[in-house]
Formats: sequence, C-alpha cells, structure tokens
Amino acid sequence: MKKFLPWIVIGILVIGLYSWGKGFNNTAVEYEADAKTAWSKVESAYQRRADLIPNLVATVKGYAAHEKETLEGVIKARSEATKTTINAGDLTPEKMAQFQQAQQGLSGALSKLLVTVERYPDLKADKSFLELQSQLEGTENRINVTRDRFNDAVNIYDKYTTKFPGKLLASLFGFEEMARFKSTPGSENAPKVEF
Amino acid sequence: MQYSILSIKSSIKKRTLFTSLLLIVFAFCFSFAQFEIPDKPKKLKDQKGVYDYIELLNYSDSLNLERKLIKYSDTTSTQIVLTIINSTNGENINFLGAQWGEKWGIGQEKEDNGILIILAKDDRRIGINTGEGIEYLLTDALSKRIIERDIIPFFKQNDYYGGLNKGIDSIFEVLNGEYQGTRKSSNNEFPIGFIFILLFIFIIILISISKNRRNGGHGGNRGNRSDGIDILEAIILSNSGRGSYRRSSGGFGGGWSSGGSSSGGGFGGGFGGGGFSGGGASGGW
Repeated sequence: MKKFLPWIVIGILVIGLYSWGKGFNNTAVEYEADAKTAWSKVESAYQRRADLIPNLVATVKGYAAHEKETLEGVIKARSEATKTTINAGDLTPEKMAQFQQAQQGLSGALSKLLVTVERYPDLKADKSFLELQSQLEGTENRINVTRDRFNDAVNIYDKYTTKFPGKLLASLFGFEEMARFKSTPGSENAPKVEF
Repeated sequence: MQYSILSIKSSIKKRTLFTSLLLIVFAFCFSFAQFEIPDKPKKLKDQKGVYDYIELLNYSDSLNLERKLIKYSDTTSTQIVLTIINSTNGENINFLGAQWGEKWGIGQEKEDNGILIILAKDDRRIGINTGEGIEYLLTDALSKRIIERDIIPFFKQNDYYGGLNKGIDSIFEVLNGEYQGTRKSSNNEFPIGFIFILLFIFIIILISISKNRRNGGHGGNRGNRSDGIDILEAIILSNSGRGSYRRSSGGFGGGWSSGGSSSGGGFGGGFGGGGFSGGGASGGW
C-alpha cells in the first residue's frame, strides 16, 4: 500500500491540474468569443454609418453642390474608414488605434458637413435630409452603445486572463490581452446633428 | 460624572462618524453623477408598462396608459414601457435607454420586440428606444417623426398625458400587428364597456339560474343554457387566470373585475429578455 501512495498523490495532482486547466481554458474561450461578437457588432454599427453616407452626400449635393470640398472630404474619409477593418481574431492595440483613427476622420468630416448644412435652410427642411439626419443620430448612438458593450466584454476577458494564477495559464495557452476603445480627446463627441 | 463625559465623547465620535459618512456619500454623489438605472422589478406583476418615478401623471391618466400598454402587449407580445424621470444627469437619453432596455430585458427574447420611452422632465427631453427586432419597423426616422409631430406639440402646452397618449397610439399604428401575442385573451379585444354589459348579463343569468335551482325547476332548455355558461365561464376564468392579472387582483376570485380594468397587473409573463442595441431617436421641447 505504501508503495502506491505517491502514485495516487501524483494521479490526483494531475487530474486536479487538468481540470483546472480545462476549466480555465473553456471559460477564457467563452469570454473571448463574447468579446469577438461584441466587436463584430461594433463594426456593423460603423458600417451602418458608412452606408448612410452616400445618401446623405447625394441629398446635400442637391442643395449645396458648390460645397465640393466638404463633400469630397466626407467621401474620402468614408472610403478610408471602410478600408480599415480588423479581424476579430487579432485585436491588437495598434490595429485598434488605426481603426479608431480612421473612424474618427470620418466623424470629423461628417461634423464639418453638418456645420455647412446650417447655411442652407431649404436643405435643413428637406424631408429626406431630416430622415437621414435622424438615422445618423441613431447610428451614432448605436456606435456608442456597441463600443461600450465591447469594452465591457473585453474587460471581463482581460480580467479573467490577467489575474493570478490564471495569467500563468493564459500565457501558456496563448490568450493575449485584447485592446479596448479609448476615448481620445474629442472622439466621444459625435458629430453634432441636432439643430 | 465620568459617565457623562464618556457619553459626550461617544456622541461626538458618533457625530464625526456620521458627518464623515455623509461626506463620503456626497463625494460619491458628485463623482458618480451618472444616472443609475433602477433594478429590474423582481415580481412579475411589477413588470408593467408605466414607471412614473416622479409622479408626473395623475393616477387615472397613468392607469389609462398602463391599461393600453398591457392590452397591446397581450395581443401582440410587443412590450412598450414608459418611464418618467427627472433627469438623465447629462447622459444621452438614447444611450441610457439602450442600457436600460437591455438591463430590464423589455420585449420577448427571440423577437427583441421591446420599446422603451424615457421622459426626462427637467431635461425637457423625450427618447424612444427601440429593441433590435423593432428597429426595422419603427425606424429612427419614424421615431423622430412621432416625437416631433405627435408628442412635442402637447408637451409644449404642458400636456404630458396627451403627448404620451398620442405618441403611443402612433407607435401602435406603425407596428400595426406585426407580432402576434402568445397570451391571447379574447376579452382584451372587446371594449371595456362591452365587458361590463356582458358581466351584468352574466350575473343576472347566474342569479336567475340559482333561483331556479332553489325552486327545483330545471327544465331541459335551461339546463342546456347553464351548460353553455359553465363552459364559457371556464374558458374566461382560465384565460384571465393565465396572465398576471389574477395575482394582482387578490380579492375577486381572480377573474372578471381585474381583467376588465387591469388595475396594476403586469405584462403577461413579465419582461421577456429582449435586446436593445441603441436604435431610436430623441427630441426636446
């Protein structure tokens, strides 16, 4: 009996370690998947905004064709923003910063456009413009909501994978820290669409 | 002597403790000025249509809206919730609405067909927040239009009930029976007056039957009729018992009176866990 005792202890230890590792891994995978889903929602909210822009530009053009510079600025920023996408699998801080910058460029161009609109009362009263404007407003809100939820999801994941002793396993299994949205100065101010 | 000194000391200690506690509380108040979303009501019967936290509407108006929203939820499963607060504490009303709706899970889980209307009186702002499954019907633009055309004109004249009533009607119109309800109770489709008349006739018949029984007279014709009534009664009672009306009514055997007036019962089955992702619109007056 005494001969077997060390083996039993080792056996129990191995089983314990295995179930700990398995539990950790599966939970981390779940949190990671949640965060990725949240990310895809962020992207689709931004995509929604990008989809609104051609219509918006066309409507504004109808009334203010000679505001060429501003309109072109918006179109350019839009193509820039739609070009920059991140695979949900690799949300590194650098890529995140890139993404944020591109979207911010679009936000800036949009707000410039909406300031321009101020000078055209006919445009401001146009029915389709008003509709686009409220769509845009709603979309900005969707962006904020999804971003917020993404950060929450990442927060849960990051906390789980960086706390001791989970951190040891996380580096072993290759769970990297995910990047979050940072509110860079001015970025939280959605383009002003209320008049 | 010693005692008194001790007690003074302890009272001073208590007071400083109290003031410091108060200070801490105040500090928290200032640092977390954000609006705190109330907890989801635990009891099913408290999960209802109108949450007037500041008692802006008078009792009968609030009851009217409540009745309307519950009736709508019963027939269509779409849950529309109205909350009235003082201020969002600087938070964007639609941002708050999305979090609030999500937290409470307004609407059914699969359909995500919830709508949350927030009225912030001191901000002079109202927001309609649409659940994910409603967005394609009640679009942001339509929400905005309802706010601007149907709600704000009333609010400008301080007629909160009028604006809300009209706004809710317009929302009904937009949604127009897109979702089918799971709790189908036929009496919800009748106008209330009709129900009362029916009730009246019912009671008369019941009385006459019981009289007849007492007299021993039990003709074939009457026997038939009472059979029919028994079945009808069973249907109606079971129908109203299925919802949460019954739980709230308490007194009256659970059936009729509360079903007719729905005085404070909740949505059938409570909030179903619908999701909100930030759709909707808001407007000020």
